[in-house]
Amino acid sequence: MADESAAENDSGVFARLKSGLAKTRSNLAGGFDNIVHGRAKVGPELLEELEETLLIADVGMQTTSFILEDLKREVSQNRIRENKEVLEQLKQRMVHVLSQNQKPLSFSEHQPFVILVVGVNGSGKTTTIGKLARHWKQQGKKVLLAAGDTFRAAAIDQLQVWAERSNIPCISQKSGADLSAVAYDAVQAGMAREMDLVIIDTAGRLQTNTNLMEELKKVKRVIGKVLPGAPHETLLVLDATIGQNSISQARLFNEALEVDGLVMTKLDGTAKGGVLFNITGDLKLPVRFVGVGEKPEDLQEFIPENFVEALIPG
Amino acid sequence: MFDNLSDRLEAIYKKLKGRGVLKEPDVDEALREIRVALIEADVSLPVIKDFIAEVRVQAVGQEVLKSLTPGHQMVKIVNDHLTHLLGEEFVDIQIASKPPTIILMAGLQGSGKTTTVGKLAKRFKEKGKNCLLVPADVYRPAAIEQLHVLGRELGVAVYDAGEEKDPVAICKKSLDEAVNKMSQVVIIDTAGRQQVDDALMEELKQIKETVQPHEVLFVADAMMGQQSADIAKTFNDAVGIDGVILTKMDGDARGGAAFSIKRVTGKPIRFIGMGEKLDALEPFHPDRIVSRILGMGDVMSLVEKAEENFEQEEQEKLQKKIRANAFTLEDFRGQLKQVQKMGSMEQLLSMIPGAGKLAKGLKIDDRAFVQVEAIISSMTQREREKHNIINASRKRRIAQGSGTRVNDVNKLLKQFAQMQKMMKKAARGGGMNFGSLMGGRGMPGRFF
Repeated sequence: MADESAAENDSGVFARLKSGLAKTRSNLAGGFDNIVHGRAKVGPELLEELEETLLIADVGMQTTSFILEDLKREVSQNRIRENKEVLEQLKQRMVHVLSQNQKPLSFSEHQPFVILVVGVNGSGKTTTIGKLARHWKQQGKKVLLAAGDTFRAAAIDQLQVWAERSNIPCISQKSGADLSAVAYDAVQAGMAREMDLVIIDTAGRLQTNTNLMEELKKVKRVIGKVLPGAPHETLLVLDATIGQNSISQARLFNEALEVDGLVMTKLDGTAKGGVLFNITGDLKLPVRFVGVGEKPEDLQEFIPENFVEALIPG
Repeated sequence: MFDNLSDRLEAIYKKLKGRGVLKEPDVDEALREIRVALIEADVSLPVIKDFIAEVRVQAVGQEVLKSLTPGHQMVKIVNDHLTHLLGEEFVDIQIASKPPTIILMAGLQGSGKTTTVGKLAKRFKEKGKNCLLVPADVYRPAAIEQLHVLGRELGVAVYDAGEEKDPVAICKKSLDEAVNKMSQVVIIDTAGRQQVDDALMEELKQIKETVQPHEVLFVADAMMGQQSADIAKTFNDAVGIDGVILTKMDGDARGGAAFSIKRVTGKPIRFIGMGEKLDALEPFHPDRIVSRILGMGDVMSLVEKAEENFEQEEQEKLQKKIRANAFTLEDFRGQLKQVQKMGSMEQLLSMIPGAGKLAKGLKIDDRAFVQVEAIISSMTQREREKHNIINASRKRRIAQGSGTRVNDVNKLLKQFAQMQKMMKKAARGGGMNFGSLMGGRGMPGRFF
């Protein structure tokens, strides 16, 4: 995914991200065109419109104020007069916030490389795992899945269907089984079968449910006992249609588990996922992937420039 | 950070204490804070704009109730309007006069439709209704199996679609089975869909036309962000919804989506999902979510209680007395009775954001009120009006009469003298009202 996206910036990934965000963009484009072509001066009106645009994108009040204060300072220091340049500045600064923690996900240092996938109910964990597994398998990796959502009815079947479709082995126990036991089995099997990747699904849970958060801490400890250093990547899946609560999700999951990376799903509607600015700025976490559609290939590597470019055209 | 709108409004209005009418600039200043609170609660921006404009019209020029501070008054206006807009009370799903009652579920992916179907089925089953659940989500892997598992768990029938892969056909055939089985309620679970997915929205329309449901329920995640208004509107325009169920309310989301959805669709929010267990479905009460959206604990109930119990006239009389520095033990006893009418101190404290935690560690004994009352009641009328005349022998008599010790009487008199002093100061600084009496330093916490 990494090499493709850099090379095919204009056609593949970027185009799909753009088309995924088409509706979003058309809304925004209207707004910004007005600002850019309509007025000559950088005044309170422009700032007000920018504020509104960011707020509607779920950036949140605090972060929006922060971004705009920063922009105002920059504009006055550098005597920027053209609205187009103001927008350029804004985009640059937004890209900066998103980029500063980005780092590539490298599997080569560990074998198997163990990924633990967590998130609230309905954020899209199982679907994300299905898509990632398929992608990595196509890249020639040996992937093993673990059906760790033993709570929700038929969640195990759901992951198994994905596994069968891509012809990937899937470790599972019966519904209601202990998550730690499933994870333990999976990591052991991954080591015995010399897998490249072990991806462990977990049941969705609200970040405020301390008992269930404890369960995740435990599974992390158990995995670490089977294979010291594992899990190598704890991925938190966030839903782009969720608003400011994503901040609480990211903070509490990170406090409990030391999250390594984020995935943002459901960017294919009109939801813009602006809450990422607060989260990446605050918790210094990289965003690994974004889901921009329902097809397997619609799960993309996250590229800050494209994300911001697709949000603010022009 | 905006956990307490009430405090922020209090701060704004500190300087206005005692002014009789809410003036335009003051209202606008408060509305800015209210806007921020609503944005942080994920209420959609266009909805906030309309709301702020409406509140502004209501607030400017309104007279501040004697028993409230301007800050509380502003909170009250916002609260009342928000509660009004959310619908005054719980509205249940109507059972059709001729069975079966057909319910169609709709919503985005991951909003919790299938789990909610299980919860509804349990609720109907407990009411003695016999249900048929229909799995029409043919897209998500194992979605149909999920519904079958829930059905087995609950002991509720689930329609077996066999090899049929067309959702519209599944729904149509399921109705025949419902008639055969004499099901009283049919609940149709549909696939999650993006509101921008025209093909799937069209499918939903077709299902609706085919089954002619009595109730289309829009299932929405309470954590939804700014898009909630647009999403709800698109669903409502496309299929016409009759009610809303908000899921995942057991987390720490402020739930602004509830307001956005209600505002753009005008349809009642019927239930809220409060957990993963199948019995975690509760009727929706607008007043409870309002303080959550505004981020204020249950301060509104406190304001309302204050309003009910502090009769206006008495309050005015009291204010005059305080100004004239003629507040007596008799008045004090009257005040104590008022406060007691509002409920126990612990209860009162628990309604104030932040103070709840404080009250937990601090055991407040309501009997202390009783003691103070007893002491005052054991005084003669003259003693109550002029406490200076109470000498050692009077103190002994009062202590005996009230079943207390002279020491307790002394303590009360001393504290009352201090309180009078405080009031004198307050009276010079402006009006005296409920807020400063309760929250102010002199009373009645000193007695415990």
